[in-house]
Amino acid sequence: MSSCRKRCKKEIVKLAQYLFRLITGTLHSDSVEDELELSAVRHRPEGLEQLEAQTRFSRKELQILYRGFKNECPSGVVNEDTFKDIYSQFFPQGDASTYAHFLFNAFDTDHNGSVSFEDFVMGLSILLRGSVQEKLNWAFNLYDINKDGYITKEEMLDIMKAIYDMMGKCTYPILKEETPRQHVEIFFQKMDKNKDGVVTIDEFIDCCQNDENIMRSMQLFENVI
Amino acid sequence: MAAGVAAWLPFARAAAIGWMPVANLPMPVAPTEKNKRQDELIILNVSGRRFQTWRNTLDRYPDTLLGSSEKEFFYNEETREYFFDRDPDVFRSILNFYRTGKLHYPRYECISAYDEELAFFGIIPEIISDCCYEEYKDRKRENAERLMDDNEDNKDCKLPNMTFRETMWRAFENPHTSTMALVFYYVTGFFIAVSVITNVVETVPCGATPNQKDMPCGERYTEAFFCMDTACVMIFTVEYLMRLFAAPSRYRFIRSVMSIIDVVAILPYYIGLVMTNNEDVSGAFVTLRVFRVFRIFKFSRHSQGLRILGYTLKSCASELGFLLFSLTMAIIIFATVMFYAEKGSTSSKFTSIPASFWYTIVTMTTLGYGDMVPKTIAGKIFGSICSLSGVLVIALPVPVIVSNFSRIYHQNQRADKRRAQKVQKARLARMRISKTGSSSAFLHSKRNGLLNESLELTQLPYKMNISHQSCSEDGQKLSKTMSLLESQHHHLLHCLEKTTNHEFMDEQLYEQSYLETALQSYPSRSPSLSSQGLTGTCCSRRAKKSSQLPNASAATSGLQELSAINIQCGDPPLSTSRSSLNMRPDDPPRLNCQSGQITTAIISIPTPPATTPDGDGHTLPNPSVQNIVKVSAL
Repeated sequence: MSSCRKRCKKEIVKLAQYLFRLITGTLHSDSVEDELELSAVRHRPEGLEQLEAQTRFSRKELQILYRGFKNECPSGVVNEDTFKDIYSQFFPQGDASTYAHFLFNAFDTDHNGSVSFEDFVMGLSILLRGSVQEKLNWAFNLYDINKDGYITKEEMLDIMKAIYDMMGKCTYPILKEETPRQHVEIFFQKMDKNKDGVVTIDEFIDCCQNDENIMRSMQLFENVI
Repeated sequence: MAAGVAAWLPFARAAAIGWMPVANLPMPVAPTEKNKRQDELIILNVSGRRFQTWRNTLDRYPDTLLGSSEKEFFYNEETREYFFDRDPDVFRSILNFYRTGKLHYPRYECISAYDEELAFFGIIPEIISDCCYEEYKDRKRENAERLMDDNEDNKDCKLPNMTFRETMWRAFENPHTSTMALVFYYVTGFFIAVSVITNVVETVPCGATPNQKDMPCGERYTEAFFCMDTACVMIFTVEYLMRLFAAPSRYRFIRSVMSIIDVVAILPYYIGLVMTNNEDVSGAFVTLRVFRVFRIFKFSRHSQGLRILGYTLKSCASELGFLLFSLTMAIIIFATVMFYAEKGSTSSKFTSIPASFWYTIVTMTTLGYGDMVPKTIAGKIFGSICSLSGVLVIALPVPVIVSNFSRIYHQNQRADKRRAQKVQKARLARMRISKTGSSSAFLHSKRNGLLNESLELTQLPYKMNISHQSCSEDGQKLSKTMSLLESQHHHLLHCLEKTTNHEFMDEQLYEQSYLETALQSYPSRSPSLSSQGLTGTCCSRRAKKSSQLPNASAATSGLQELSAINIQCGDPPLSTSRSSLNMRPDDPPRLNCQSGQITTAIISIPTPPATTPDGDGHTLPNPSVQNIVKVSAL
């Protein structure tokens, strides 16, 4: 009962204020506070020599990479939205944001929510100049969403759906709901040797090394830079 | 593809390694970078000012002068730089476009000079970024109008072969073209004035003679006024008939406002001539004389300001209409209130609500004649409220009309905004088309580049050796038309296709094939086609179709892929119907060439007979269908 009375009182007070304002005609300008969000995030990468030592890129290649990186992200770090934006531009027909999210997590090795140039270049070094073992390691890390060392069917399904999302809807043959799931089944049939429902890193690497197609395609992007 | 992200293509390609373990099919060969150069600085000398940039920066836009091989024409061997004899200030904006991907329009620059530079360097103005686009469009519109005005002025000069009729019409419309026209113009103006003054003076009471009472001049000097009237009407009639003769479209002329005014001005005279001096009819005849005052409107031909005023009133007709409506509402409300308030008082003038209308109008317009005044207290209170609100309501439309008037003086902005909206829509449509261009470019090149990919698909080594040499030159020829960036991007998309074992399809083709399958397999369900767009506009996936296992066996995958491509190229609706149904295996293959696309290339591909992707064991359609590869146009 008292709450009702309190509410009534509040309403009456509001009404009185409103009438008062109406009669006296106060012009109240809407004060919009501009919140200037100064993106104070600025990041400078380590020196060129250090990066040269840590990665397998030459000095010139690092320079080219940094110029492209800095052009798109002047603040020196990529946050997830920019990352998604950039990646989506390559796949105009589909929705690349989910896969970009997974990629972002794979590149963001220290999990601080942003990819700096070092992270970027480290990832690229593995992908482009690493041994097959390292590349497979990286791929496993990408699929293992919660980074627990096992790829479960759900994780793989998420990844697969993300990849199929990139195709978009206008495909031939027409994409169906169960296509990613079937693809995951095939993957698990191939990879999960002991049929325990998860794929470990050893099973993964083992199986990939025995697959000719995969081996050959791993070498595909050797000369990208 | 935007400029900046071109630098990220290597990253996207590297990230494609994430798909490799998942894919079941072999990947296509990456495009080789023939004569791969280290990124070098090139010097662009524009009228003495040297600009330097990386070669890769310019290569981002291969369809412009600087991005294509066209710039080689400007290469100066001795100084080892590219020399352009153009404006260096504008070139700054153009080079920034390559660097940042955004084209800005500097405000101090002349619009036609800027347009010329853009045209020279092969950049379309539509990609001017949003921050500068409005300004650009405004300046362009002003320029176009200035050109139009110039043209109109030029139109006044006499064209060589004008018929007499055309000359007369031009003389009527533009009096300053010839002296005769000018004379005619002034004579008619004079007579209009005379006629109007006559009408006015007619009613003035002339000097009273002692024996006769005061009578208006018109009745005193009847003949004189009648002669004046006849003379004026003669001139007006002749003028009207001449205009009617000279008008290029007589029907349109008769319907125009000015001609109606002319007719209304001279008709009373003729009606008066025709009518007898009957007592009953002469009353009507007198009223007709009122229409003679319309002659004053004939002045609008002579006065630009009058025309603008008329146009203003016409253009704010909706505001005036609303004003009238709101006034009527207020009048009715207040009249009712006043009537009931004054009902009690004796000898009240407010006898009925319509009678109160007069009081309300007079009060609201703050005239206050005083012929009707409220006597009761309630009446006075409401009367004062009425007059106060009247001030507000009357004051509202005046600024509207004023602003309309000034608006018409300074170019009709409303029509321009509508045009700008249309232009904006057109611009967005063009940008959308260029975006779809990138995806359809991939589809386009995919069909063209089949020669390239057919090599890797076959697993047999001898085929690789033999056909490689023969096809490699063709492949090289085809890939030369695409820039390296594009070919790498297409390779990336192709890898994705291989990973998912599905192919990108043109939207139109997709919708067609979808319609086909939807109609055939489930006639009860209606396909829901959404509007055209870029992503996610095609129909939602139907889950109930027969399952289609992606082919897992690597051995036959290559051949099946090849056949899948062939089927798609040759006969898309046919194959989807076959593959999706599994219900009618005995359907004879139907030729369906109504996809509405232009068949511009016919590439014959030697095709081994193979199974369709769903492993039904259907044979391929006859080879004649296979060999036609449709290249889709936008």
